[in-house]
Amino acid sequence: MPDVFVAKAAEFAEGDRRIVAHDGVEIGVFNWQGNYFAYENLCIHQGGPACEGVIMHKVEDVLGPDRTWHGHKFSENEAHFVCPWHGYEYDITTGECAADRRLKLKSFDVVRRGEDIYVVA
Amino acid sequence: MDLPLSDFRHMSVAEFDTNKLLNHASRQAEERGYKKFPIVDVDSHHYESESIAEILDYMDDPVLQQLAKSASQSARTTGMFAGGIGYQDMGGRVTRYPLRKLEKGNPDEHRDVSLTRRWMDAIGVDISVLFPTPMLQLGLHPQVEVEVALARAYNRWLIERVLAKEPRIRSMLYLPFNDPDAAFRMVQEMGGKPGVVGFMVTAARYKPVHHNSYMRIYALLEEMGLPLGFHSAYNWNDQSLSLMNKFISVHALGFVWHNMVHMTNWIMNGLPERFPKLKVVWIESGLAWLPFMMQRLDNEYMMRSSEAPALKRLPSDYIRDMYFTSQPMERSAEDDVLAITMRMMKAETQLMYSSDYPHWDFDLPSTIYDLPFLSETAKRNILGGNAIRFFGLKLPEQKLARVA
Repeated sequence: MPDVFVAKAAEFAEGDRRIVAHDGVEIGVFNWQGNYFAYENLCIHQGGPACEGVIMHKVEDVLGPDRTWHGHKFSENEAHFVCPWHGYEYDITTGECAADRRLKLKSFDVVRRGEDIYVVA
Repeated sequence: MDLPLSDFRHMSVAEFDTNKLLNHASRQAEERGYKKFPIVDVDSHHYESESIAEILDYMDDPVLQQLAKSASQSARTTGMFAGGIGYQDMGGRVTRYPLRKLEKGNPDEHRDVSLTRRWMDAIGVDISVLFPTPMLQLGLHPQVEVEVALARAYNRWLIERVLAKEPRIRSMLYLPFNDPDAAFRMVQEMGGKPGVVGFMVTAARYKPVHHNSYMRIYALLEEMGLPLGFHSAYNWNDQSLSLMNKFISVHALGFVWHNMVHMTNWIMNGLPERFPKLKVVWIESGLAWLPFMMQRLDNEYMMRSSEAPALKRLPSDYIRDMYFTSQPMERSAEDDVLAITMRMMKAETQLMYSSDYPHWDFDLPSTIYDLPFLSETAKRNILGGNAIRFFGLKLPEQKLARVA
């Protein structure tokens, strides 16, 4: 499994991402809250560039103890990256499709060697 | 420009390029060999509101024209367009909505021509039937004279500024159906113009399609050999749809609901028998409604045929003679449900691929080409052959789309 250079760690800010390609496969690498995650940049839906879209926190309902609805909020813990073609959302820490967790993007390991970040393609 | 996100962050974007966005679609086109056969897209869109200043130059009534020009300048609204609440961009998640304003057309060419050809080439489409976007709700406009004036201005503008400039772009022109006389004259005047391949009725409206005032329009279309399309849309103010509080709900049902009403009226009033040569296509309602309609209408017709005396066959037989565009093809269904649906509707001859690009729920040609239960012949019919026959298109042997 070849290592594909992603970025210098110092130049890869938290919240940022890189798209790298190896042997015809595009891989999206995220630096999210100090951890690195990498997934194939290919939406399970129609093949869109899933890793290139916006990052949005999961939308949650605010319910009262009596189960009445009081509004919305963005999750403080769960963030999604969103395929720009049709809006398919993926959990940034697992690559699972938010709408159906049985489906997920192919993931890759990310390693740091010295000051360099690599994805194991 | 900055895209607002879910927290303190924002995403700064300096450029937008359709070719880059659709790079994966171009790869699909190469891998699947779309260069070997024609692809016709029977439902795509542009944003005519971006050209409203040009369109208003084509408006006949000087008072309405001045009213519309003033309204479009004085506020960040569409002024004269019948606006509807909508969140098609999904809060900016579908990035081409906010970013499209950054994209430029080619020099010396209308931007709509450049942008349309750009995505057509990227996904492998040779011919596309182009429809407006905000005007899909124009049938709800309370001022009938405005529907007519805007439709006429838009159609004239489209013919001269877009269709005449790019023969790969065709259109079924907007029919101002709330004024049957004006609609009739529009067919007479514009039905033979280059690039016009039929006429389109927006489905979100409240005058029934079996009204006697429409019969001479259907007769004229039949005589001229021009198809009639019903393009679905939603109306959040519809009394039933207004019970729903989410865009997803209104869109999911609304885009089928109005066409269900019109198709039921069309069949139960015997219009297929009265206009047997008029070709009718139902646009952007997907496919899942068709088995439902066939079963519901057949079941009740067997018990109450006296209420539909014009029918000589089962309602489902008439549905199978109609034509349908594919998008949004419901993908959550199991493959065998989709296979049964396509068999029930005779998809191999009656179904025509549509992308709906650039709207949020567009479908690529691969949604058809990758279906495991279709033969290569059926795939090519749905992707292009059926539309070529339906519209009587003349295509050169070589592929028109230049896949990037």
